[in-house]
Amino acid sequence: MATKIFMEALSPTMEEGRLVKWNKREGDAVKSGDVLAEVETDKAVMELVARGDGVLRKQLVAEGATAPVGTLVGVIAAAGEDIAALVAGAAGPAAVAPAAAAPAAPAAVAAAPAAASAPIAAAISTGAPAKSSPLARRLAKDSGLDLGGIAGSGPGGRIIKRDIEAAVAGGGATVVATASRLPSSGSDYEDQPLTQIRKTIAKRLGESIGPIPTFYLTAEFDLTRAAELRAAAAELGDDFKVSFNDIVLKATATALARHPEINAHWLGDKIRFHNRVHLGMAVATDDGLIVPVIFDADTKGLRELSVESKALAKRARERKLKPEEYTGSTFSVSNLGMMQIDQFTAIINPPECAILAIGALEEKPVVVDGAVVVRKRMRVTMSCDHRVIDGAIGARFLQDLRRMIENPLMLVF
Amino acid sequence: MANFDVIFLGGGPAGYVGAIRASQLGLTVGVIEREGLGGTCVLWGCIPAKALLESSHIANRLKHAAEFGVKVGDITLEYGVAMKRSRDVSTKNSKGVEFLFKKNKVTWIKGTGVLGAGKSVKVTTADGKTETHTATKALVVCTGSRVRGLPQAGLELNKTTIISSDEALVLETAPASLAVVGAGAVGCEFADVFNAFGTKVTVIEVMPRILPLEDEDSSAEVARSFKKRGIDVLVGAKLSGTKAGKDSVTMTVEVGGEKKELTVDKVLVAAGRAANVENIGLKEAGVQLTDRGFIKVSATLETTAKGIFAIGDVAGPPMLAHKGEREGIVVAEIIAGAHYHPINYGNIPNCTYCSPEIASIGLTEAQCKEKKLDYKVGKFPFSANGRARTSGETEGFVKIIKDAKYGEILGAHIVGAHATEMIHELLVARENEYTVEEVDLAIHAHPTLSEAIAEAVLDSMGKMIHA
Repeated sequence: MATKIFMEALSPTMEEGRLVKWNKREGDAVKSGDVLAEVETDKAVMELVARGDGVLRKQLVAEGATAPVGTLVGVIAAAGEDIAALVAGAAGPAAVAPAAAAPAAPAAVAAAPAAASAPIAAAISTGAPAKSSPLARRLAKDSGLDLGGIAGSGPGGRIIKRDIEAAVAGGGATVVATASRLPSSGSDYEDQPLTQIRKTIAKRLGESIGPIPTFYLTAEFDLTRAAELRAAAAELGDDFKVSFNDIVLKATATALARHPEINAHWLGDKIRFHNRVHLGMAVATDDGLIVPVIFDADTKGLRELSVESKALAKRARERKLKPEEYTGSTFSVSNLGMMQIDQFTAIINPPECAILAIGALEEKPVVVDGAVVVRKRMRVTMSCDHRVIDGAIGARFLQDLRRMIENPLMLVF
Repeated sequence: MANFDVIFLGGGPAGYVGAIRASQLGLTVGVIEREGLGGTCVLWGCIPAKALLESSHIANRLKHAAEFGVKVGDITLEYGVAMKRSRDVSTKNSKGVEFLFKKNKVTWIKGTGVLGAGKSVKVTTADGKTETHTATKALVVCTGSRVRGLPQAGLELNKTTIISSDEALVLETAPASLAVVGAGAVGCEFADVFNAFGTKVTVIEVMPRILPLEDEDSSAEVARSFKKRGIDVLVGAKLSGTKAGKDSVTMTVEVGGEKKELTVDKVLVAAGRAANVENIGLKEAGVQLTDRGFIKVSATLETTAKGIFAIGDVAGPPMLAHKGEREGIVVAEIIAGAHYHPINYGNIPNCTYCSPEIASIGLTEAQCKEKKLDYKVGKFPFSANGRARTSGETEGFVKIIKDAKYGEILGAHIVGAHATEMIHELLVARENEYTVEEVDLAIHAHPTLSEAIAEAVLDSMGKMIHA
């Protein structure tokens, strides 16, 4: 009994994946659970595991090539089993480009019905197997069609009989991976194919700056007492060392717990105010931005937050985060202070309604009680989705945050 | 004079259901209806006819009561009492629609409407006053259909000896003899009713079999049952020389080249219905008709006049209440700009409520042959079904026609007690493109009549257990 290997939805938002490396060669014996290949998703490199025993008979997608979720990427079968029908139904052998040709351009889905691109996207973006009627599944199986590449026209985008008939009439829905690469020299420019993470960043941020009516609130906080706290804590030993960023995270989480109106999601037809605080922290990686989540951040102590945030950042840079570690945040913080940025505006990570941008800590002269003194100061800017947060509401949150950061003793209570 | 978002011209199943849905979608709605709410279905069709059929069902069952250990004395059949009960049921249903209108804030404009300029309707009330109402979004024509005679066979309705279902529903007594001309659903139902009330019934059908739209097996099973109960069934029959007297009608019936004279107290003409397209200003409003005399509508139920829609019987066959109701819902959603599912006209059930009942969806076996489909038939008789034996209602069968290769349910035909209730399992299966395998996988309760469906499905796969 042959087992089809599909490009699986390895993260909740994954729509396609780049096959980075085959761990098994054609002809290798595989057991259920073996890692067949490494797949780059929109957020991380994940493992594609075998769902059956046998021999990896066929690799249908080349290393470096990209394929939509649901695409047949290979076949596991017994050594002598005839898999011609299975293979013929998917991308032909021509689609398997030499491994050296990586990275490939994104795969194109050549669907039969014209103007059917929207339903295709809808079917794939769920990350789940395409919905289909039992009759449609039988027809598709018989025609060697992969449901993942067919647009559903039934209720809720379900693939029904007429969709299969249309696909068959149109020559079948096949997945074609085209490998193309320009020479790296001798050209006026070099094209670099988009990585999955860059595509996702573009899509998500485009969604944000477009439809979200954003306004910005900037405040300058005094960190004198936070610095005192850090110094005092450090004297207790290495186990008590915390960064300014840790104090900011702790204060933000504590303030959010008191301001559910900021700790909210815009869901199109409703606003969801969260009772739990799941704090996203933007981390720069070589490939781009990722936002791991500190769950229930308001319930965690300063030390606990410090350890967890460092671990998450490390794992993010190593691209080892699991999908559940970077989804579900209710509010996010982005800190570019370590890069000497005085202040900046961050882009809201929807469906969240606000994000806090932390600038650099710097010593500057300020007037205190009529005298000019040198103080540690830090600028924060909160981007707010005005559909949820009005100016005064955002300002009240920043007032509370200021009190906590300027009087970190409050965080103990 | 009032303005509404939508005006429905006609308060039958299509109009009243559409009106309620439109109101649910936030539109202001007026319904113009001169008679009671509910239309032919509630007042002169489905509902009162089914009430009478329940009377005939009880009468037929009582004939076998002694076998069940229930001895009843002499049975007296009083059609007048059954008729009055059916009228009560009808009135209650109509009042029910009135209540639904109040609950859903739908305005009933009592009177006769004629389309005017710019989506307006001129309404003449019972006392002769006229008023004009205007629809700002859309006007929906749902004037339904009416009984008609068969003049080409000399059967103009005279309402005394040559009658339609309208008159049959209000007869005080059952006639001694009755010829039912036309053996579709209506004809078969009234044949059953009057037979049970002691009338000598002759069913006359021009086509080669009764219930000509049903599967041939269904027609044969019902004909067999009718004959067993003493109903004369004349198929492939031609009528001529009709003479309507004061108390009787005489006509010549030719079957298979043989002519014979038939004299009956009354003739019930049940040979189709006519769409109500006259005298409502359709032509002036720019609403065109089809060759067959129905209003021409687009896929979105819009007529050739912009902003004027048509639904129900007047918009074309099948002339069924449930088809009209669905069109009402969909037209309301279209007008309101709400999401809607296009109507699947290929999966509308046909139900006839005589004894035994007949229910079907999809293709007949003859249609499968005609289309040269590769099909397989699965069939299970109720005589082999435990529950049917317990109730002593073992007539009939379940017949499933599936695509030989993929198991798609091409058609399903049920004849038997409660067939009209049982068909819906297969209807849901077909709507969702379940194959016979999914129907089989669903565990059917024992003992039920529906097990016959599971067995017929198994038979289509060559795996029947109980026969």
